[in-house]
Amino acid sequence: MAAIIRAENLTHIYGQGMPDAATAIENLNFEIEEGEFVGLIGSTGSGKSTLINHFNGILKPTTGKLYVDGQDMWADPKQIRKFRFLVGLVFQYPEYQLFEETVEKDIAYGPTNMGLSPQEIAQRVQQAAQLCEIDSEMLKKSPFELSGGQKRRVAIAGVIAMRPRVLVLDEPAAGLDPEGRDNILSQIKAYHKETKTTVVLVSHSMEDIAKYADKVIVMNQSKIAMYDTTEKIFARAQELLQMGLSVPQVTKIFLKLRELGIDVPTDVYTIPYAVKTILAAKAAKEGGKV
Amino acid sequence: MIRDITIGQHFPGNSLVHRLDPRMKIILTMGYIVLLFLAANPGGLVLATVLLGILYRVAKIPLKLIVKSLKPILPIILFTVVLNLFFITGQGSPLFEMGFIKVYIEGVRYAVLMGVRIVLLIAGTSLLTYTTSPISLTDAIERLLSPLAKLHCPVHELAMVMTIALRFIPTLIEETDKIMNAQKARGAQLDSGTLQQRMKAMVPILIPLFVSAFRRADELAMAMECRCYRGGEGRTRLKQLRLTSTDWASFGVCMVIFAGIWATNLLFTGL
Ligand SMILES: Nc1ncnc2c1ncn2[C@@H]1O[C@H](COP(=O)(O)OP(=O)(O)OP(=O)(O)O)[C@@H](O)[C@H]1O
Ligand SMILES: [Mg+2]
Repeated sequence: MAAIIRAENLTHIYGQGMPDAATAIENLNFEIEEGEFVGLIGSTGSGKSTLINHFNGILKPTTGKLYVDGQDMWADPKQIRKFRFLVGLVFQYPEYQLFEETVEKDIAYGPTNMGLSPQEIAQRVQQAAQLCEIDSEMLKKSPFELSGGQKRRVAIAGVIAMRPRVLVLDEPAAGLDPEGRDNILSQIKAYHKETKTTVVLVSHSMEDIAKYADKVIVMNQSKIAMYDTTEKIFARAQELLQMGLSVPQVTKIFLKLRELGIDVPTDVYTIPYAVKTILAAKAAKEGGKV
Repeated sequence: MIRDITIGQHFPGNSLVHRLDPRMKIILTMGYIVLLFLAANPGGLVLATVLLGILYRVAKIPLKLIVKSLKPILPIILFTVVLNLFFITGQGSPLFEMGFIKVYIEGVRYAVLMGVRIVLLIAGTSLLTYTTSPISLTDAIERLLSPLAKLHCPVHELAMVMTIALRFIPTLIEETDKIMNAQKARGAQLDSGTLQQRMKAMVPILIPLFVSAFRRADELAMAMECRCYRGGEGRTRLKQLRLTSTDWASFGVCMVIFAGIWATNLLFTGL
């Protein structure tokens, strides 16, 4: 598979040349393959938001290059809008960007900017609304009468309706109740499976990352500290803890079990897998006794 | 970028300029502004620039900051300069002529003076807000206007409105930036197209901005009420404003320099 996003020595310095210049990301080199679901974790201020704002050209690298779909993004700054449609970015707290009279019109804003035909727009809005569980009654409402979680779903639908090849979400579940979190994230996962869209998910919840991501990028102090498959990342619990991050609860339990001298694998990070390994261990033990 | 606007921001410090009584600073700033427009010759404006430069030095505010905050206002400055350049007619023959455009020596002179004036005006007022916390600024405005309270003018309320407005400039700028980015991510075209298209493109930014401004106002009002705010009547202060000898000395020095700037008018009338 080809890399849909590739960074080469990507560096961003806020307020360069000013006394308060701050390097937010430094010399990043990595690739994201098409069709993957990548989790992005890192402590507060480690540069996650800064990094993803580069993916669709909201921020321009101070030095270094970013290739999207094999093309150098900033080769021609006038063409940057093309990349905005290629990479859909859902910002932190996206509900504040809603502005139209009706939810339907707001979701249609992105596709309209793409210059699509009215039929195509209507169809995309329908599909995106369905995906984000927005019913036809809600589509006719004003976005300002919705609850926080509903607004969030509308904002995400507004980006999905543009059908980007890469969907980037900055903490889409922040500030939602547990059910709302699971709803939004599993809808995104389902969308990913169905359309093979590449997804980059920024989250502070290790449980969410463990549950949904195939690969994980760990950022620490402006740099990429690790980039690997989810199980390999959570197997390095000690290092994660040193960075002020955490591992899922189940992983913690299995690490403790291992400390107690019980022979269990350390790369357990989801409940179903944990159940499977425990049952396997139990079966092995009972089998051994007989 | 829009975030570069620093007018209204406060940079805490402990310099002489920071410690000066805010009432004194306001009066001196106003005097400075009047003077900028009274000074009709280059000598006076050079002196005014030097004075401001020294004050920035004393306050330890990096000059880069002011350069950065002037950038967004550059179009206004250029517009004024160009207007003066083309429309001031002088005696004598024009320096330069192209069709109906005639540039006279007086026009050049006036344009440069005007440009410098606007820059100094913004730099001067910025220095006031950079070095004075919004709270002491309101305090000072309220005290300066207190004679008007006898005429049933709601001085305290006006001062409060002003502080809140000042305080929210940076917040709203940050918010605008965020909303602009979010709409750009959805393909909004803000910096190209005809004037009409551009105005239309502002709607998706202005509506969320207004909504959020009203939400903030609501929350702030609630928070103020929760802390029993009920206007200025009978309100006492923890920190009373008092003029010290340093204040009077600074006032005196500034007055001498102001007089000097004004005097250049008389000295170089021929220029
Ligand atoms: N507009 C800005 N101007 C100056 N510095 C900034 C700006 N935005 C971010 N920074 C700095 O860049 C660094 C990285 O910030 P960033 O927002 O990317 O962190 P983050 O990993 O997304 O954190 P969080 O998990 O809290 O969202 C921080 O040290 C921050 O102070
Ligand atoms: Mg962030």
